[in-house]
Amino acid sequence: MSSAAITPDLIAQHQLTSQEYEKIVAILGREPSYTELGIFSVMWSEHCSYKSSRLHLKKLPTRGKLVVQGPGENAGIIDIGSGYVIAFKIESHNHPSFIEPFQGAATGVGGILRDIFTMGARPVAVLDSLRFGRLDDPQTGARNRRILTGVVSGIAHYGNCFGVPTVGGETVFESCYDGNPLVNVFALGVCRKEDVFYAKAAGVGNPVIYVGARTGRDGIHGASMASAEFTEESKQKRPNVQVGDPFLEKLLLEACLEAMQTGAIVGIQDMGAAGLTCSTCEMGSRGGVGIEIELDRVPQRETGMTPYEIMLSESQERMLLVADKGREDEVFRVFRKWGLEAVEIGTVTGDGKLRVKQHGKIVAEIPNRELADEAPLYDRPHTQPMRRAPMRAPALPAPDVQRALPALMASGDLCSKRWIWQQYDYLVRSSTVAGPASDAAIIRIKETGTSVAMSLDGNGRYCYLSPREGAVLAVAESCRNLSTVGARPVAATNCLNFGNPERPEIMAQLVEAIEGMADACRFFDTPITGGNVSLYNETLGEGIYPTPVIGIVGLMPTAEPVGAAFRNSARTLVLLGGVGACDETRFGGTQYAKVILNQLWGLPPALDLDREKRVQEAIREIVNQGLAESTHDLSDGGLAVALAECSFGQAGIGARLELDTDLPPDLLLFHEGPSRVLLSTQDPDKVAAAAARHGIEAPVVGVTIEKEIEVRQKGKLLGSWAIAQLKAAYDQALESHVR
Amino acid sequence: MTFGVIVFPGSNRDHDAAYAVSHVLGQQVEIIWHDSASLGAVDAVILPGGFAYGDYLRCGAIAKFSPVMKAVKKFAADGGLVLGICNGFQILVEAGLLPGALIRNRGLQFICREVALRPATTNSPFTCAASKNRVYRVPIAHGEGCYFADERTLDELESEDRVAFRYVDNPNGSLRDIAGVLSRERNVMGMMPHPEDATEPLMGSTDGLVVFQSLISAAVRA
Repeated sequence: MSSAAITPDLIAQHQLTSQEYEKIVAILGREPSYTELGIFSVMWSEHCSYKSSRLHLKKLPTRGKLVVQGPGENAGIIDIGSGYVIAFKIESHNHPSFIEPFQGAATGVGGILRDIFTMGARPVAVLDSLRFGRLDDPQTGARNRRILTGVVSGIAHYGNCFGVPTVGGETVFESCYDGNPLVNVFALGVCRKEDVFYAKAAGVGNPVIYVGARTGRDGIHGASMASAEFTEESKQKRPNVQVGDPFLEKLLLEACLEAMQTGAIVGIQDMGAAGLTCSTCEMGSRGGVGIEIELDRVPQRETGMTPYEIMLSESQERMLLVADKGREDEVFRVFRKWGLEAVEIGTVTGDGKLRVKQHGKIVAEIPNRELADEAPLYDRPHTQPMRRAPMRAPALPAPDVQRALPALMASGDLCSKRWIWQQYDYLVRSSTVAGPASDAAIIRIKETGTSVAMSLDGNGRYCYLSPREGAVLAVAESCRNLSTVGARPVAATNCLNFGNPERPEIMAQLVEAIEGMADACRFFDTPITGGNVSLYNETLGEGIYPTPVIGIVGLMPTAEPVGAAFRNSARTLVLLGGVGACDETRFGGTQYAKVILNQLWGLPPALDLDREKRVQEAIREIVNQGLAESTHDLSDGGLAVALAECSFGQAGIGARLELDTDLPPDLLLFHEGPSRVLLSTQDPDKVAAAAARHGIEAPVVGVTIEKEIEVRQKGKLLGSWAIAQLKAAYDQALESHVR
Repeated sequence: MTFGVIVFPGSNRDHDAAYAVSHVLGQQVEIIWHDSASLGAVDAVILPGGFAYGDYLRCGAIAKFSPVMKAVKKFAADGGLVLGICNGFQILVEAGLLPGALIRNRGLQFICREVALRPATTNSPFTCAASKNRVYRVPIAHGEGCYFADERTLDELESEDRVAFRYVDNPNGSLRDIAGVLSRERNVMGMMPHPEDATEPLMGSTDGLVVFQSLISAAVRA
């Protein structure tokens, strides 16, 4: 085995510590070769090994009645009945999207789609959770706009061509994401229960087959890049970002699903982060077998590639599969039909090792299990979560409710995101029941006659004030979004976006958020079946707000969606859960505090989990019995913002509200207390009865009227707005910022 | 009635078209692979939406060389009914079965949304069940759907009553608001909007049915 000298510098360049290097030497019983060092460095990178988070991720609930496959595979799998399952997961592509927004986001979509169809499932929905710096910032605004437009067109480019509908998500603007935008992509696919495939190699002597794009020098060390902070030199990492080809991916999808039907495929995994290295050693490790490959047979886009480059390349649109010996031709025939290159590059062996040869000579030989599953595990010190926000509220100025609402509706987080989602094909596959701008996206499953609802939620401001409470609130909101459209939440996937875990106060954010998420998911019976951790989201020492994002899926009968928009005038308005309570300390994380007061303080809204669950049970019952004409949960911006959103439907129907409470007007209209749903109905008595069955108050707060919103408190007018004007501000805000 | 749905590598609304025809309208569907030399025994053929061959050159520019396109041309020359939707329209234009070109949307962005269409003629097998006095709500989903042709061609299309649909509120800059056009013999139509995605109340509109119902009634009469 030829080998360049392994110096301490070289080890440090590979982001391995001296202890980690010693562990490598102990595993091999010798010094590693240069290629082996590279292989270990990617597999043991934070991105691939979860070495800082694994200890805490174990606290998450992962089992449940419907769970067919939990964490550890390419995607989680849930039984949806009638012989069908759904596969879904969320992935981050934060670091590449900062360096090259278009391709970074595009390949983020490509990567998660492969994770889904590698399990045998056809992708039927994508949602994105996006976070950027502020577009109106005098210093960074221009760059943030460039990142936003690049990311959005990258997602559109890839998803539209591939033919998967992009049906929802969230977009948030906050200064802390200036140097670290977050691009989290969720995908969901469907397949028959008996057609699920696993990324497991088996059968000594079986051929190992490479399919798809040729291997080039792109994306080398992408996984390691995603495991470090950004510095001024990060721009030089652009070659680390891969280039996506959605057409090739579409062919791979069709060919893989067709090849799986032959019955000649034993196991299959996509080549994502850490490319050929990760797919070979993980498939070998899961199957408890070895894999031997000859690099000369790997299709290559460039000449003179070294073993190191071939093993670490993250070229996109590649798959690795193990076929039944003697039935290779059945597999090759399918790939030929789709015009794809498929090559036998090696075999499954019985010795548990990843053996890599070039020109017949061994260039790397590493035990699969140790490489894939025995990465170092760190119990990093964690202290108090970092926060630089006062606990006590500042002296609040006298509220100008009349002006505050239009300002909020035109603010970055609350304004219409139509400019973004209109660039996505959200209709392809003719299964979209509720698309973007719904509380939850709904996709019908034609095969079963039932539907799946999905919602992605996270709130960095809440989590900055309290990572634990913020994570619980995100889970509660996601479940509430599903319940508001009538779906029963059944399972979850999470994407944990944090700063540098080597800082104890950042590690504390991560630990508390995971624990909060674990408690909440246990409470709502939504086990986490997989996900992703993205750490080191820091630039020049400035970290992001702790931003755990949760994606929850729910099941429901297929029916025309109830929707958030008011449909008719003279309907009774009910505020399920009541106006709620809020003090000034719990007001500091709201959109009102952000947009109107430009401050952040205190704690996130208080949540009573038990009450939340009962509110959700009540609204599901109300929706599924057809008692409501519209339903919309209260979240960012509180009651007034929800009311405005309900008024933006095609019918032009608003509302007259009469509130009987002593809360100060700003808190009353804009506090973000959870466990509340605003609905319009023709059957207020039946709604009240349903709410009462669950022990939830459901005060009548007003009536729908044409063209206007009017709010009174104990008879006194707080504000009145013409819908057309309010909606114009809401509709035009984002586009005016982007252009 | 038997509809053929052609699948090019990169077609992605083939499934939508086949589902609408078979499940919603209860007709027969044959899936036709792009390298087939013949269409088989079909009464009408649909070129579906998508990104045939990736559309990395010009939309439809590679697909027109596909083996199946020879069969489509012959089918059309013999009077067969050919419907091109979105990418299918782009392919028919590239293949010379329909006049004009489809260029980047005026706003340079992909647009997915519902639009209102008005039938410009009912004198065709694709619009004979429609009414010129109402609008039809059907979605669009394209980046290159701006219909373009020289003035003479546009005048000719209008004088020969070959504009099939017009946008009520032009979303992409198409000249003379054209959303769909007919061939001279009126048996080939291309349109950018997706009638197949507006065939059930669940999809938010059933107005796209009119195109398929027109085809079915035309085939019965023929």
